Amino acid sequence: MIPSPGLSLEHYWQTLPPDWPGGFWWHWLVFTVIIIAFILMLVMGYIWIERRGMGRMQARLGPNRAGPFGLLQPVADAVKVLTKEDLVPANADKIVHWLAPVVAFAPALMIFAVVPFQDGALLADLNIGILYVVAISSVSTVGIFMAGWGSNNKYSLLGAMRNVAAVVSYEIPLILAIIGVVLIAGSLSLNDIVLAQNIPFILLQPLGFLLFFIAGCAEINRSPFDLMEADSELVAGFHIEYSGMKFALFYLVEYAEALAISAIITTLFLGGWRGPALPPWLWFLLKVILVFFVMVWTRTTFPRVRIDQLMALAWKFLLPLALINLIITAIQVLAWSEALLWVMIPVNIAIMVILVLLWSKLSKLGWGRVEV
Amino acid sequence: MALKTEPFVLNIGPVHPSTHGVFRMRATLDGEVIIDMEPVFGYLHRGIEKLAEERTYTGVIPLTDRLDYLASMSNNLAYVLAVEKLAGIPVPERAEYLRVILAELQRIASHLIAVGAFLNDCGAFFTPFLYMFREREKIVDLFEMVSGQRLLYNYMRIGGFTQDIPDEFLPALDKFVRQMPGFIDEYDRLLAENEILLARAKGVGILPKELAINICASGPVLRGSGVNWDIRKVDPYSIYDRFEFDIPTGSAGDCYDRYRVRVQEMRQSLRIIEQAMKQLPSGAVRSEVPHLIHPPAGEAYAHIEAPKGELGFYLVSDNSIAPYRCHIRAPSLMNLTALREMMLGWKIQDAIIIFGSIDITMGEVDR
Repeated sequence: MIPSPGLSLEHYWQTLPPDWPGGFWWHWLVFTVIIIAFILMLVMGYIWIERRGMGRMQARLGPNRAGPFGLLQPVADAVKVLTKEDLVPANADKIVHWLAPVVAFAPALMIFAVVPFQDGALLADLNIGILYVVAISSVSTVGIFMAGWGSNNKYSLLGAMRNVAAVVSYEIPLILAIIGVVLIAGSLSLNDIVLAQNIPFILLQPLGFLLFFIAGCAEINRSPFDLMEADSELVAGFHIEYSGMKFALFYLVEYAEALAISAIITTLFLGGWRGPALPPWLWFLLKVILVFFVMVWTRTTFPRVRIDQLMALAWKFLLPLALINLIITAIQVLAWSEALLWVMIPVNIAIMVILVLLWSKLSKLGWGRVEV
Repeated sequence: MALKTEPFVLNIGPVHPSTHGVFRMRATLDGEVIIDMEPVFGYLHRGIEKLAEERTYTGVIPLTDRLDYLASMSNNLAYVLAVEKLAGIPVPERAEYLRVILAELQRIASHLIAVGAFLNDCGAFFTPFLYMFREREKIVDLFEMVSGQRLLYNYMRIGGFTQDIPDEFLPALDKFVRQMPGFIDEYDRLLAENEILLARAKGVGILPKELAINICASGPVLRGSGVNWDIRKVDPYSIYDRFEFDIPTGSAGDCYDRYRVRVQEMRQSLRIIEQAMKQLPSGAVRSEVPHLIHPPAGEAYAHIEAPKGELGFYLVSDNSIAPYRCHIRAPSLMNLTALREMMLGWKIQDAIIIFGSIDITMGEVDR
């Protein structure tokens, strides 16, 4: 099943038999290369977007020396980081310290195995796709905690502990928000979820989208939940003792995770690769970048929350709302007639607004001072 | 089952992005909660008070620049007021007005950094900080016009100024005064009512009124605790009694009140500058002063409301060309003394913003 030179790659994907008997390894090879290239290129793009975008929002220019519009700045940074000395603290747990960046990086890469770039164009169309994503994405935390522990530094340990606490808490509303989508789509496969989105699920599940976006930002430690890095408090958090290529890997993880979350949001809520006129992969790319832009925007705007407020937000605000959202969605899926699908949009948006306003009045974040 | 836990010591500083210089907090933590805190300073001690004894009265002025390097103009003012009081030197009317204008501009510049750095400590990733630097840049440009310097101005002299302001200064100042209220509104729109900022700063790091008075706090830290005390009103120096302005005060004494007091003070400073510009007379900017000043033996204390609080210079003269003793009452150091009481029981993140809300400059704390 080696594709003949005249055939385009795209054509090859479409002619693949559904169970790929002989083409399995070719398929595997092609998509592994595509995914790694996609992640590396887009991470560079993300770094550029973040730095330039933040520059514009902060009334300055951002990097503009390396290449046109500073486009080569990520390349220059990569070269600089690669040529740096690799330092390991004297009392560090050397094996753990060495292993941590790898353990953190691999899962971020593996998430993309089930993300469809266009119809059927994905490494493995698992029928439990979204479950796989949820399971794999939490493995990164192990790597981050290894980094925090192995560095033998109090700042990095504090950062890693905060990260573990945050990820464990935010996993629950994250998954509950996903279940709403799964209920409507009737499948766990990401490709099927995209195919089910004749109306993007952001309209049918506005509350679910909001919860997923917040919990997703907290999972990957984007501002305002960037407590594990917290440059004004913990200086750099868990990767304070890393330099050279190991630091670069953590930097890569950070943006690969942001990329993964924006890809999942695109797939679950924004209709994935679907869209008029433009080719599907371009739609996918545009939506992913749009989601990331919103993340950059929140990062430049909001102050950071405190650790107890972070936990309170997960347990007192996101979790109840996610449960309510799940119940409402289940009732709607059971009772609502297909013909009235468009009526569901304003109803659901109204429900979201009412619930969010009500809950923000009801719940108080954090518990303030402790008597000592 | 209870896990066995024990407190541990975390050194915050002296090399840390949020200690605003080389300050060190030796914090004992129980998890994230601060159960004990010991401030350690002195890393930036340069012996300015001793150096002042070996310089002529005019030669001390550059040293005062290096106290609170974010408010050099105010430091100059406090020192020259003390010498003028000691030697009985008159100051021309025009110089008095210019001093008020420059001191109030300096207050705005210093508060811009204080508020920006505070919000940065809260975790607003440099956006408010850079917005405020954009406006501070305009003030620094104004100072560069008059003094040729952008950080350490060394512009005031005993009895007036080194030279008169250039012609382009007043139009530029007028433009700035008209623009600035819009920019302050912009900062307010950006963050003042932000839910996260309120949750982080309201009720955090409370400095009770009594404690604030007992530790000799001054400036926005004292006024944030609800004490209406401003040297410009209670003991008017220079010509402050000729202007109309209000003293904004807080009520709770928390980080948010200190932040709000600073923002309000910027508006009041603009009011003062506007009035001073209207009344600015023409004439000389320096009275006839001998090159070397021999004040009569005695002592003098002059204090001003510097951006960070009451800045005082206590000078003792033995009728020679240099001060016999020069003591500086630095507001940053006094305001810092309640740090432990304000921090205990709060988390590391709160400790950082409490420290940021006091607004210190290490150059002034250590001298």
